[in-house]
Amino acid sequence: MSKQRVVVVGNGMVGHKFIDNLINHEKADQYEIVTFSEESRLAYDRVQLSSYFSGATAADLALTDREYYRDNGVNFVLSDKVVEIDRAAKVVVTESGRKEPYDKLVLATGSFPFVPPIPGNDKEHCLVYRTIDDLGMIKASAKESKVGVVVGGGLLGLEAANAIKNLGLETHVVEFAPRLMAVQLDEGGGKLLRRKIEDLGVKVHTEKATTEIVVGKECRYRMNFADGSHLETDMILFSAGIRPQDELARKFELEVGERGGIVVNDNCQTNDKDIYAIGECALWGGRIFGLVAPGYTMAKVAVSQITGGDELFQGADMSTKLKLMGVDVASIGDAHGNTPGAQSYTYNDEIEQVYKRLIISEDGTRVVGAVLVGDVDAYGNLLQMMLNDMALPENPAALILPSTGDSASVGLGVDALPDSAQICSCYDVTKADIKAAVAAGCTDMGGIKSATKASTGCGGCAALAKQVMDAELASLGYEVKNDICEHFAYSRKELADIVRVKQIKTFDELLESHGHGLGCEICKPAVGSILASFWNDYVLKDEHIGLQDTNDIFLGNMQKDGTYSIVPRVAGGEITPEKLIVLGEVAKEYNLYTKITGGQRIDLFGAQLHELPLIWKRLVDAGFETGHAYGKSVRTVKSCVGSTWCRYGVDDSVGFAIDIEDRYKGLRSPHKLKFAVSGCTRECAEAQCKDVGVIATENGWNLYVCGNGGMRPRHADLFASDLDRETLIKYVDRFLMFYVRTADRLQRTSVWLENLEGGLEYLRDVIINDKLGIAEELEADMAANIANYQCEWKTTVENPERLKRFKHFINSDEADNSLAYVLERGQRRPATKEERVQLVELVD
Amino acid sequence: MSDWITVCSESDLTPNTGLCALLGGEQVAVFYCGKTRKLFAVSNYDPIGEANVLSRGIMGSIGEATVVASPLYKQHFNLETGECLEDTEHKLKTYPVRLHEGEVQMQAA
Repeated sequence: MSKQRVVVVGNGMVGHKFIDNLINHEKADQYEIVTFSEESRLAYDRVQLSSYFSGATAADLALTDREYYRDNGVNFVLSDKVVEIDRAAKVVVTESGRKEPYDKLVLATGSFPFVPPIPGNDKEHCLVYRTIDDLGMIKASAKESKVGVVVGGGLLGLEAANAIKNLGLETHVVEFAPRLMAVQLDEGGGKLLRRKIEDLGVKVHTEKATTEIVVGKECRYRMNFADGSHLETDMILFSAGIRPQDELARKFELEVGERGGIVVNDNCQTNDKDIYAIGECALWGGRIFGLVAPGYTMAKVAVSQITGGDELFQGADMSTKLKLMGVDVASIGDAHGNTPGAQSYTYNDEIEQVYKRLIISEDGTRVVGAVLVGDVDAYGNLLQMMLNDMALPENPAALILPSTGDSASVGLGVDALPDSAQICSCYDVTKADIKAAVAAGCTDMGGIKSATKASTGCGGCAALAKQVMDAELASLGYEVKNDICEHFAYSRKELADIVRVKQIKTFDELLESHGHGLGCEICKPAVGSILASFWNDYVLKDEHIGLQDTNDIFLGNMQKDGTYSIVPRVAGGEITPEKLIVLGEVAKEYNLYTKITGGQRIDLFGAQLHELPLIWKRLVDAGFETGHAYGKSVRTVKSCVGSTWCRYGVDDSVGFAIDIEDRYKGLRSPHKLKFAVSGCTRECAEAQCKDVGVIATENGWNLYVCGNGGMRPRHADLFASDLDRETLIKYVDRFLMFYVRTADRLQRTSVWLENLEGGLEYLRDVIINDKLGIAEELEADMAANIANYQCEWKTTVENPERLKRFKHFINSDEADNSLAYVLERGQRRPATKEERVQLVELVD
Repeated sequence: MSDWITVCSESDLTPNTGLCALLGGEQVAVFYCGKTRKLFAVSNYDPIGEANVLSRGIMGSIGEATVVASPLYKQHFNLETGECLEDTEHKLKTYPVRLHEGEVQMQAA
């Protein structure tokens, strides 16, 4: 059977979603897919567009890449626009003359920014905010501008205003309506939002109709308004709404709406049964859906219909929750109370700057809408109550009143939600999906996220998803308990707080006051690490030694045969030939297997206990320090060679890497920590898969956090951009200490962040904005830790008392006689069981 | 009953850690519990990890049992009985051990 040809016009978020759904469909092999984009790149995340200004690259925003499409047999044509549909022959024709036949055609052409017909709107520096290319032009224009105006005070307009404010421009917002976000907010909400945004230094001008753009006196342009006033500016960004991109449909006589939009039925089909339209270009029930979630639903419906399924599009909820310039804003359902007979509760706190309005049905039993500004915690509950048509509680006002501490009874209780309730609208994850993930073994948010993708889009549903997970865990009989082990009824974080607050200095003291039994191999090293993190005492003192894993006691990494490996610190991966020769000589003398590590160091394997101090004496004398490869601590700062040698290097990555490694070496933490510094965006040091990654830019350094390679790779998040060295070090100090204080035992930064309520935003708030007021304390903790640094091997080899321990037997100088080795590729390695038998026979 | 053999002095012991003694050609792991002041002696050979490492494991308790966790793969061995808690097929040899006039003494088992 020959394959059906599906041609997708437009490779935006929705077009890509359609393709992704189709290639993952069970009947995928029956279809051949071709997609066209007039842009030069494949689909990217337009919702996160503004992050481009805070340092995200086009690659960070990408939703897919060429390999993925190629691997899945998706043909794609970029920078070529479809200009003709021959409906009779079922062929599309592109600008460059390319012809592509189709069996099914999917129009996912999206929308374009509406630019009001104001004389002068086509001048240079009059721009729009929609594509990555637009952002490039805005960036370029900002370099030659001091003042910027955004025309349009809606959701996108405010995002655009935030972007140009971040580019350092004096920022104005000009809005035709009497308030900001007039579609989503009521008067009270709009008023508070305006106040908050003006507090941030953005000037808001409402009820202004621009009549013309002329040459300015102070600035490049002057905007004249209908009321006789004017405003001078160097740049103008139009963000006055979107219009469906329905040009093709109009030209080739598909039915379009009076005010634009390609008319579709519940199947997302146009009036030509072989042509579908999805996303912002489609008009369903007289409405355009300008959000991504309904677009994704349409994509799903279209795939279902084309593959013979029966899913229907039945409209979509347009509730939204977002952060605009750091201000939390949410709008649910009928925010304006237009429902006949609707009544409302309003809570307006001018001191804390919180506004909430709850709109309920005439009979007072159902939520019909809500507006939340400044505090959007109630969003999840209210939205679910509305979507699932749930009855209001006894005292509905309590839903928006501030929590008084004993309000556990108020609100939803996720038990009340039906299984079909959609928890995550970005990825269409239902309560049932989360329950299934829990049943399959997920017990934390990290697991839920990777299993269901819930709250990996906008993240708005994180709190609700966690409630559903917790409730499900509880109902399956899991006690949601974070006790570290049977000896302490506390999590690692709680133990860390106890140690810090009560100034506890030993494990016995802690066990005595807060635990029972003798401890175990779980709590002992964890507490040992906490004690070391806060007090940085020598870890091999008698009172600490029993807490340490053998690796920490003998300051090496135990291998399968009970011998150890040795990894001296090679800061930044830079090493002199002299030192390299010392390593070679030592390895040769003690017959150590030698290998280069992934962290740009040298690992020497096969040292026996009694050899360790002898070897380290040689190394310390030659100027080496311990590399802490054995500890849950800072390991390496990998670097590329950077501007000192590299033709492309932008800054001195090696020098910075060495400084960073010297600063944090020895820091004990819940798990190992890896760093890297790259000298330019080519990123040869692979900083974006490290706990802390630093990349040089033209304007300073970008800081990435919480990446991971290894078993569960995670791309690091861009935390802050274009920092100078001092600021970057300050943030890293705070970040590391905050992680040390709050992470669970053996929790890498990647998982820690995924489980951190509020996620990256919250982390930025704590580290950059000092939301918790602990920044100084964190820095002081780090300073104390650095001041107490000692090379554990230096301390050990200089102390005869410590050296006693480095013997296999307490009562004999013999070595472990059970070790056996064979040669392979010129070096020795432990013999296997079979080889041992042969070796013994040979000896016999 | 064989004789008590001194393997080290009391001052060689660090509470809540182990050490390894050579007893007539056998490797024995000796543990000293600081809280109960009790001594334990079991074979140093980890039958699961197949290496002489148990004296270098972390001591602790699981329920009522005093145990050592293998430093290789973390199975627990009961220091009184030698039994492996995770896999009862494996059982360590145990040795009589005592503190006598400031000396740690053992008997060949």
